Amino acid sequence: MTANSKISRRNFIRISSLSSVALTLGFYKTATGSVVSVIKPGSEAAVANVELNAWISIDPLGKVTIINHRSEMGQGSFQSVPQIIAEELEVNLNDVNIVFAQGSQTLYGSQITGGSSTIRGSYKKLLHLSATAREMLISAAAKKWNVPQSECYAENGHVIHRGSGRKANYGSLVEEAVKLQPPANVALKDPKDYKIIRKPMPRQDTPLKTNGTAIFGLDKRLPGMLYAVVERNPRFLGKVKSFDDSAAKAVPGVRHVLKVQMNVFSHKREGVAVVADNLWAAMQGRKKLKVEWDDAGFDHHSTDQLYAKMREDVKSGKLLSYKTKGDVDRVLTSSASTLEAVYETPYEAHACMEPLNCIADFKDGKCVIWGPIQGPDWVQADVAPMLGLKPEDVTVNMTFLGGGFGRKAFLDYPHEAAVISKEVKAPVQVVWTREDDMTQGPFRPGMVYQCKGALSGNGGIAAFETRIAGQNMGHQNPGADRNSYNDSATEGLPETYLNSLPNYRFGDVPLESPVPVMWWRSVYSSTNAFAFESFLDEMAIAAKKDPIDFRKQHFWDGRYHAVLDKLMEVSNWKQRKANDGYGIALTECFATIVGEVVKVSRKADGKIQIDKVWAVMDCGWYVNPDVIRAQVEGSIVMAYGASNFHATEFKDGKAVQQNFNTYRMPRINDIPEIEVHVMDNEEKAGGVGEPSLPPFAPALTNAIFDLTGKRIRKLPFALNEA
Amino acid sequence: MASINLKINNKSYTVDADPAMPLLWAIRDLVGLTGTKYGCGIAQCGACTVHLNGVPVRSCSLPVSTVGNKEITTIEGLSTDNSHPVQQAWIQEQVPQCGYCQSGQIMAATALLKKNPNPNDKDIDTAMQGHICRCGTYPRIRKAIKTASSIMGSKASIK
Repeated sequence: MTANSKISRRNFIRISSLSSVALTLGFYKTATGSVVSVIKPGSEAAVANVELNAWISIDPLGKVTIINHRSEMGQGSFQSVPQIIAEELEVNLNDVNIVFAQGSQTLYGSQITGGSSTIRGSYKKLLHLSATAREMLISAAAKKWNVPQSECYAENGHVIHRGSGRKANYGSLVEEAVKLQPPANVALKDPKDYKIIRKPMPRQDTPLKTNGTAIFGLDKRLPGMLYAVVERNPRFLGKVKSFDDSAAKAVPGVRHVLKVQMNVFSHKREGVAVVADNLWAAMQGRKKLKVEWDDAGFDHHSTDQLYAKMREDVKSGKLLSYKTKGDVDRVLTSSASTLEAVYETPYEAHACMEPLNCIADFKDGKCVIWGPIQGPDWVQADVAPMLGLKPEDVTVNMTFLGGGFGRKAFLDYPHEAAVISKEVKAPVQVVWTREDDMTQGPFRPGMVYQCKGALSGNGGIAAFETRIAGQNMGHQNPGADRNSYNDSATEGLPETYLNSLPNYRFGDVPLESPVPVMWWRSVYSSTNAFAFESFLDEMAIAAKKDPIDFRKQHFWDGRYHAVLDKLMEVSNWKQRKANDGYGIALTECFATIVGEVVKVSRKADGKIQIDKVWAVMDCGWYVNPDVIRAQVEGSIVMAYGASNFHATEFKDGKAVQQNFNTYRMPRINDIPEIEVHVMDNEEKAGGVGEPSLPPFAPALTNAIFDLTGKRIRKLPFALNEA
Repeated sequence: MASINLKINNKSYTVDADPAMPLLWAIRDLVGLTGTKYGCGIAQCGACTVHLNGVPVRSCSLPVSTVGNKEITTIEGLSTDNSHPVQQAWIQEQVPQCGYCQSGQIMAATALLKKNPNPNDKDIDTAMQGHICRCGTYPRIRKAIKTASSIMGSKASIK
């Protein structure tokens, strides 16, 4: 055991108090891998070696407790994880109690809720662990009744003896089960026998979200807590030169005004915090602040300048090569049938409905944090050194998240709260106003793509080149290598096409800019897909082929064919009418394949409307079809926002769109009918929260081309002007 | 600062507030009912919607001093046990994802159904288009309003 895996006293007490009265199973890390083992009550060494991302406990009342080490921001992990456990453990779903974990990399491994990873990263262990607990309880009952274990089975929180009909509640077996050795091998159910997994079970957090009792970050209160708002430099790298706080301090309720500094990648962001008894007073005080900013040393970029540079970069910038094969240049210059297109996608704000906020209570060399946080372990590991603390002195508590989409995995707002709490010596909740949230970033990076293609004699792709210009997220980190390829900007590339392409070249030309950029739901796939799947469509049209047939011709993987066949069937692709426009796009990211068909038509006034969207997701092994449908519907709405409604622009180094009056969001009256299908197979589980976002925009513009012959290559665009 | 009486969910509260403070912050930070949410502060998103004498209003843009004697209803006042037909419909249709905007959505839907027990798609669009949901639960909100309408209808016919 390394010093690094030593458990903090605080966590240990909490865990041992549970395990002293319960059958608690976890995966132990051993030299050769992981094995299931009983966590012995009161044994600190034992607990410290358990991988708690797969951890369950059953108490003498039969109640099952699990720790949810991931955050719940709407994607449904709150439901999906217990559903997996209830299935193999043979308990009622309502008997599984979920506790939010605190941030600890040592205990839980990665806790970052990102990359659509919650289920696909842990489901096998959860199934195995639950089945092990079930077998131990069966074994305990068989022993008690002195009957062969094979004559007993588990159902609904009980072990039952087949011959005599005797029945024992799990709780009554816990004491006996704790003494047993976990079996080395347990049989997992055949998916066709699932009773809970694959069923549209209602989410347990729903009732909390319909009566106002769910506690989001902004709803959390600590005794003696003060509220803070911060006037930050509106330009991303600027400093505070001086400030006058006399009028701000005269506002009733204002207690402190102080300069703050927080880390934003390799830079410091500076601002002036106003701390008050209530949030409104803090906001009023902030209005009275007079701050002079020092903006020297960086360009005050505008959107026009950024895109002019990117347009130049895709033509002549130095390419950091991602993948290349064959002789693209020779084929492109010698082929009789070539085409070329440039695509553009905008910068976007995350615009979570719950603006950023965080509570910190810095006291006696320790810091307790509460907030809507996607990566609690990151906050613990990375914010601690910024505060001069050891990670174990920082406790990070998660609340519900009012949206996350990648933004709440960034560490600036917990850092800022801790800095202010330390300074004013009180628990403080820092609240970002909507304007702060929308203008400070990090943003989804705006991108420009240049695609070139050549067709072969049989109407296939002979060569495909894409040059990507835009900010590379990996380049923002301290000490980043900017001169060689990193895997940041090129994700979501059409890997599955590559086997069939004789010549290709993909790579990026990173744009350097002070605008901070960050993951935004489905990350670079959200923009890369627009270029790739639009250009695929352009090549299909040039080859005079049906866009679905053209894609099938280039896919060698049966799963892709199955998704496309399903889409053709449900959308009536082949039976479409003359006045319908149909568009297809298909992408793979986070180990999940999604195809979408959009149908458009002209309204009586000649303007284009979206009639319907069909989505088919193949995410392999899955848990809850209704949670998946909800994620697909939501991803399509969010994609529609970014393709047709909103964008963040910059002028004089500042974000222009500050609130929902100018950053226009799709509303209920904008939303077309969405029909979702989930493929049934036993492939490895893929992600669910993000992969259905990327195909929407290209499917829509491909449909508009089908209807009008007009190709849209720049997002966002107004549908009624298309 | 002024001493202001508020009638919220059939209870009386006295708060000491800046008269210009929006009702939202009085409800959340002074009274301590946090089910009503802050989303934009400029009456664009609807997350802060409460009822004033049964009429939906944006509490983020209404000074607390202007409320007077009017009865305020927040999400907590609809029912704490989710027994209201709109809450039941929201659960049945599994509307919320992150859930942050849903208090406002539910308050708006409740006011719509009170005025119009059988709204069609157009009525729903008109009543609900002031409410933003970043998770994109709109298709389910539409469905849930129709479900709530039928729950209310069947209750009324029993009576």
